[in-house]
Order: sequence, then structure tokens, then C-alpha cells
Amino acid sequence: MNSSLWQRLDAIARSMFPVTATLLLILASMVPLRVPDLAPIIPSLSLIAVYYWSIHRPDLMPVWAVFAIGVTQDMLSGGMLGVASIVLLLVRHLVITQARFFTSASIVVIWSIFALVAPFAFFVMWFLTSLASATLVEYRPAVFQCLMTLAFYPCFTWFFVHGQRLFLR
Amino acid sequence: MSKRSGHVIGLATPLRAWAQRSAFVVFFALAIVLLILGRANTPAVERVRMAVNDAVAPILELATSPVASVSDMIVNGREFMDVRASNEALRHENERLLQWRAAAQRLEDENRLLRELNELNIEPRTRYITAHVIGDQGGAFVRSVLVSAGTRDGVAKGQAALTGKGLAGRVAETGRRAARILLVTDMNSRVPVLVGNSRDRAVLAGDNSPMPELLYFSPDVQMRVGDQVVTSGHGGAFPSGLPIGVVTEVRENEVRVAPYVDWAHLEFLRLVDYELPYILSSPEDGLAKGGPVVRTTAEIEENTTAENAGGPAQAAAEVVEPAR
Repeated sequence: MNSSLWQRLDAIARSMFPVTATLLLILASMVPLRVPDLAPIIPSLSLIAVYYWSIHRPDLMPVWAVFAIGVTQDMLSGGMLGVASIVLLLVRHLVITQARFFTSASIVVIWSIFALVAPFAFFVMWFLTSLASATLVEYRPAVFQCLMTLAFYPCFTWFFVHGQRLFLR
Repeated sequence: MSKRSGHVIGLATPLRAWAQRSAFVVFFALAIVLLILGRANTPAVERVRMAVNDAVAPILELATSPVASVSDMIVNGREFMDVRASNEALRHENERLLQWRAAAQRLEDENRLLRELNELNIEPRTRYITAHVIGDQGGAFVRSVLVSAGTRDGVAKGQAALTGKGLAGRVAETGRRAARILLVTDMNSRVPVLVGNSRDRAVLAGDNSPMPELLYFSPDVQMRVGDQVVTSGHGGAFPSGLPIGVVTEVRENEVRVAPYVDWAHLEFLRLVDYELPYILSSPEDGLAKGGPVVRTTAEIEENTTAENAGGPAQAAAEVVEPAR
């Protein structure tokens, strides 16, 4: 009885790994690294995380969690509230509707699809920010941030794969 | 009775299935509502924002220190390599600055004399709050940083944020132990400025690029590359004369300014608590409206009389001391 309670708590803690790791990564990406010109183009770790977990364990990255991740991201970065949530929800929805395709896809294919999803995500972010502020927002930082996100995708995939093996077996 | 409960169960299952399917729609709509609420500057949204920032501030402070020590080590190593050359350069600069100090002292005396002649005594008192930058600019669409000082340290909305080199931005949101600084490069930043020796009025407007733009100057004004840009103090938010940057690009319909601040090494910011009764605490930050201006004049008069009562010498001492 007692052990089963612990087992259940253990299982819950493990199943929280995707969301917890994502929130910690968002926090980590806020720390001032003092590398010239890096801050405006720091890779969007929330985008990578939501894309990865929506493909591999959508049950552990539920809609409400994606929404909360977006809100946290916007609050910490000082961005326009709601923008990140909208984009991340769209990304999750896109992935979920194509779930059958992803089940047999290799890492390279998933990365290639991400090369289409990320520009779409940044375009939506740029569009919403421009719309809400009623000006055409400078697009170049977004392009660079998108490229950085793409470049760092394999790194974080490696991190998530290891986390998945460690916690979710 | 039993018939009714059967109905409820029969309804609940499809309801739950429907809820699961429509979760996406519900949260998507919620996000859009948030976007609109946030855009309308709802005070509740701002409070929640700063509560979240307050909550993560200690974690970020903790995470910042090892990064700082590593980056200091790298800087130290690099400085050690050219210690001779920089020594020489510093000696020259010191000589030059000593001359400037003499000039500044002479001007300060002259200024005080002229002020006394004019019986001008509305010098505001200034106090500096030093804050550690704990949250970097997060991404492509905002130019703001988080600092580790809040209302408990005397930080208030609208205060100017300085580095040693010049104006970096202003306080946009305050929590108890953290505050968000909107940098002059952010697309929402508008700072009234004076340009060049002729001190022409303009507004420095950020657009998320590293070079903010000068707007709203009169068409017959000639801006030149190399003109200094300083705060004008119009609107009462900032002290006047804080250096911001230098004009680097003059094209037809576009004048760009390079700020002095080194964005890559934004470690500490000095927030200026400038005790002139000001306007920026109104929700529409930055724009002087009819009502508050009238109140300001009245308060300036009050201030003057108060300081006269305390004695002009004492007031002057309070002004000068923190600036050193």
C-alpha cells in the first residue's frame, strides 16, 4: 500500500519531466551570458521542446501545459503576452494532426520538418507582434533567431532523448 | 432519481470527450484573450507579470553569479595580455580628464553664481540605485532586461537606467524585488532628446534594431553625423542632459543614433531616483497630459518653497553629493 503510493508519486514526478525540463530551459535561456549580440538571437528553447515532446510523448505535453509554457516564456522575456502561447499551441496542433507520419520518421526527417515549422512559427510571432503593436517590426533578428533555433535543435534533442531514457522508461 | 443520474452519466462521457477534443480551441482562444488584455495595459496583467518575475528573481540571481565569474576570468586574462598598452592609454586619458575636471569645476562655480543671480532654486534631488542585471533580452521581439531591484529598494516606474557610458533605458514595470527595464532600442521606447550643440528637440524612437531613430524634429533642422544626443528632460521623466549616443547616419527622412551603452556587457545599471514631481506614473507612460502638467507646476512651487525653508546651501549639498 505504502510502496504503491510511492510508486505513484514517482511515476507522476517522472511524467512531469518534459514540462519541468522545458520550464527550466526557458529560465536558463534568460541568464545573461555576456556573449556579444547573442541575447537577441538566443535559440527559442520552448519551441524546440514543444515540437520534440509533441512528436515523442504528446501525452506528457498536454495542451494546458503548452499554454502555460507560452505564458511563462512571455512573462519572463517581457514579450507580448499570449504570442508565445498561440505559436506553441499551433505547433503542437500541427504535429498532433500529422502524428501518424512522425511515428516512422527518423531524426533527420524530424529535423528537416522542423526546418519548415520553425520559420512558420517565427513568422506567426513576427506577424502577431507587428499586428498588436501596429508597426512593421524589424524582421532580421527573428530570421537569425530562427536559424539559431534550427542549428541548436540536434543538441537539445540529444538532451531530451537522454532525459527520456533516464526518466520515462 | 436513478433515471436522472443515468442521464447525467450518459451526458458526461461525450462531454469529456468533447472537452478533450476542444482543449486546443479553448486554450487558443484564451491565448488570444491574453494578447488583447496584455495589449490594453490591464493593471491586473501587469501585477501578475511582476509577481512571476519576483518569484524567479532569486533563481536568476543565483544563476547569474557563476556566469559572471567565468566571464570576468576571461576578461581578466585578456586584459593581462595588453596591460602595458592600456596603462599608457590610461595615463594619457588621465591627463586629459584632469584638464576637464578643472574646466568642470570652473563651470560649476560659474553655474552656481548664475543660479544665485537668477534666484533659480528648483534643482531636484537625485539618488542612485544600483541594480544587477539578472535577466537578459529574451529573443527577437523585445529589448528589455530584468534587474534585481524593486520597489523595496526605491525603484519606481519611469526612472532612468544608466550605465557608466550613458542612458540604457527606463523602468517599465516594478515588482517588489525585481524590475523590468525597457531599453532605448525597444520598439516601445520613446525618449525626448536634444541633439547637437544647437540643442534641437527631437524624440529618440527605438525599433528593436541596435540603432534607434530620431523623430519629430522640425524640418529646417540640419542633423549632422557626430552630433551628441542627450535627454532633454521634457515630460519630466528623466533628468536633462543624460548622454544617450551619437548621430551616426543621416539620410533623407532617417536619422540614426548609436547609443553609447555597450549592450554586450550590461552587468549593472544605475537607476536614477529623480525627485522632481513627475508624470510618468500615469498609466499612459511617457505622454504628458493636460491635467498632470498643471499639478506638476503646483508641486514645483511647493518644492521650491520647501527647499528655501531648509536653506539653499543644504539643498545644493544634497544635490551634489550622490552624484560623486
